[in-house]
Amino acid sequence: MGKTLFDKVWDQHVVHQVDNGPQILYIDKHLIHEVTSPQAFDELEQRNIPLFRKDQIVATADHNVPTKDQHLPIQDLLSKKQVEMLSKNCQKHNVTLYGLGHPYQGIVHVIAPELGITQPGMTMVCGDSHTSTHGAFGTIAFGIGTSQVAQVFASQCLLMSKPKSMRISVNGKLKKGVLPKDVILYIIAQLGTNSGTGYFVEYAGDVFENMSMEGRMTVCNMSIEMGARGGMIAPDETTYAYVKGREFAPKGEEFDKKVAYWKTLPTDPDASFDKEYNFDASEIEPMVTYGTNPGMGMKITDSIPEKNDVSFEKSLDYMGLKKGEKLLGKPINYVFIGSCTNSRIEDFRIAANYIKGKQKAANVNALIVPGSQQVAKQIKDEGIQEAFEAAGFEIRQSGCSACLGMNEDKIPAGEYCVSTSNRNFEGRQGQGARTILASPLVAVATAIAGKIVDVSQEKEELELV
Amino acid sequence: MEKFKTLTTTAVPLPIENIDTDQIIPARFLKATSKLGFGENLFRDWRYNSDSSVNKDFVLNDTTFGGQILVAGDNFGCGSSREHAAWALADYGFKVIVSSYFADIFKGNALNNGLVPIQVSPEVLKNMLTHIQNDPSAELIVNLEEQYIALKDTDIKESFEIDAYKKMCLINGYDDIDFLVSNKDKIEAFEASRTI
Repeated sequence: MGKTLFDKVWDQHVVHQVDNGPQILYIDKHLIHEVTSPQAFDELEQRNIPLFRKDQIVATADHNVPTKDQHLPIQDLLSKKQVEMLSKNCQKHNVTLYGLGHPYQGIVHVIAPELGITQPGMTMVCGDSHTSTHGAFGTIAFGIGTSQVAQVFASQCLLMSKPKSMRISVNGKLKKGVLPKDVILYIIAQLGTNSGTGYFVEYAGDVFENMSMEGRMTVCNMSIEMGARGGMIAPDETTYAYVKGREFAPKGEEFDKKVAYWKTLPTDPDASFDKEYNFDASEIEPMVTYGTNPGMGMKITDSIPEKNDVSFEKSLDYMGLKKGEKLLGKPINYVFIGSCTNSRIEDFRIAANYIKGKQKAANVNALIVPGSQQVAKQIKDEGIQEAFEAAGFEIRQSGCSACLGMNEDKIPAGEYCVSTSNRNFEGRQGQGARTILASPLVAVATAIAGKIVDVSQEKEELELV
Repeated sequence: MEKFKTLTTTAVPLPIENIDTDQIIPARFLKATSKLGFGENLFRDWRYNSDSSVNKDFVLNDTTFGGQILVAGDNFGCGSSREHAAWALADYGFKVIVSSYFADIFKGNALNNGLVPIQVSPEVLKNMLTHIQNDPSAELIVNLEEQYIALKDTDIKESFEIDAYKKMCLINGYDDIDFLVSNKDKIEAFEASRTI
């Protein structure tokens, strides 16, 4: 029987099968950041174990960093200490660090692909659940806990049991105004927030084949929001073209050799999956969430479902919403465009194209946070920054920002925020803050209108989308 | 890691579904650089009101309930990979979490900290929760060697699954780092054999 993309990459990395137990899985690249690494470095030191393969680790500071005045000392003392500790640990162990002020600094899941660190066929881990992002390249990439960060430090391996396989196919033509974010929010709303637990997902079908790498990253990024450890898309010409020429990508003959190998990775026609789902692209519309987990999503024109369930009601209560209520037309005072889900150049191009001379609504506080210093530079070079500023938006410096509110970028209690991030959990964007997840297009349209609007009705605005 | 074989204790019922790790330990408490003291902020925003006063309606503030087992709703530990969630639960004093479903990363993190995640059927979970809510002195018995969980003096008993390797680790107090480091020769041989 044939093998899946996941099988092929996994099997290439199995060092050893433990009798009646897990497998020792080799990890090619290990990304680290300031929040989930200090205790792992500590663990090594306490046990007197050296770092096994320092050259396979890349570090950046992203989770708690300020997005203003990054050249000044960090005001928050605890954040400052964490960032300093990362620098100290990296220096001590000779690990490459793209810290604050470095032209490569940014959100860990934005910088690794843009630097060509992420490549098809690899295994990658990071102490962050959105590591699934890198699956867009046909990479087995997943989030790990800090004990596992220490394990990879010590051995470049993890003890893993092979997960089950799931294929989600979406075929057909997407409607105008429907972005990759809507596709993944739609899938999660259909399948539920724990449907992927125990599985690794492959996204297949012409919708993903026709998607840019940025779009594929948005989709794979949110695999964890349905419980899946990771999600992958088969590498193809779009993937090779993206990787080619990037800083740490293979060059010349080596690149051609790699491409020849990458071409063998897609799932064989006779391979089978433990679970399969099929969706029709024409069913998908711009999406918004109304509850406190990413599975609580609906079409932007829909009403909140009627469901008698304690957890469901607790969730609506937190959101200050009622069953049967529509979100269309709801006044919104906060908009966040950023996070490892939607802070790449394509996201800002789409938003800037929609702005075209319009002005931000007076009631809206908008946070526009590029995913990396390189994206910030691109925004400037392409005139996008100018377009945003002319419309009354301020563009910040790169970091995770209001996605998880570890820095100063928080949404006040009771306020709604239309956010391009990935989680609408209680308090995620600040204590009492109410998150509505959406695409960058819905977010920017909300910022302009001051309320939630149906972008798919604004045909002429959507030419680029 | 502490060894774990059996445990008999009262339990705390928390019948909410999809409890994510942001609720278990909010992001603003992740700035510590050691593993200690997270129990203080376990379920912080459910335990305390926004003015920092104690939320009397939350079960951890209800002195009728206590014990080293947390019995929680479906899909416990979803969301962020932060191991701080497992540290917070263990630091607070929990040794076992019972649910009808666990998120993958949380489950692994718990096991790496000697905190045992026990998955039971939705029916058994419901029965356990009802029993405990009606009688806070009801005790749960966990036997890891024989892989069962039971509610003392009732016929509620269920066997649970656990990876044989992980079970061995818990019983002996071993962890994965020791095991991986002891396999260094295999790992180096693997590296040398790679052609791609």
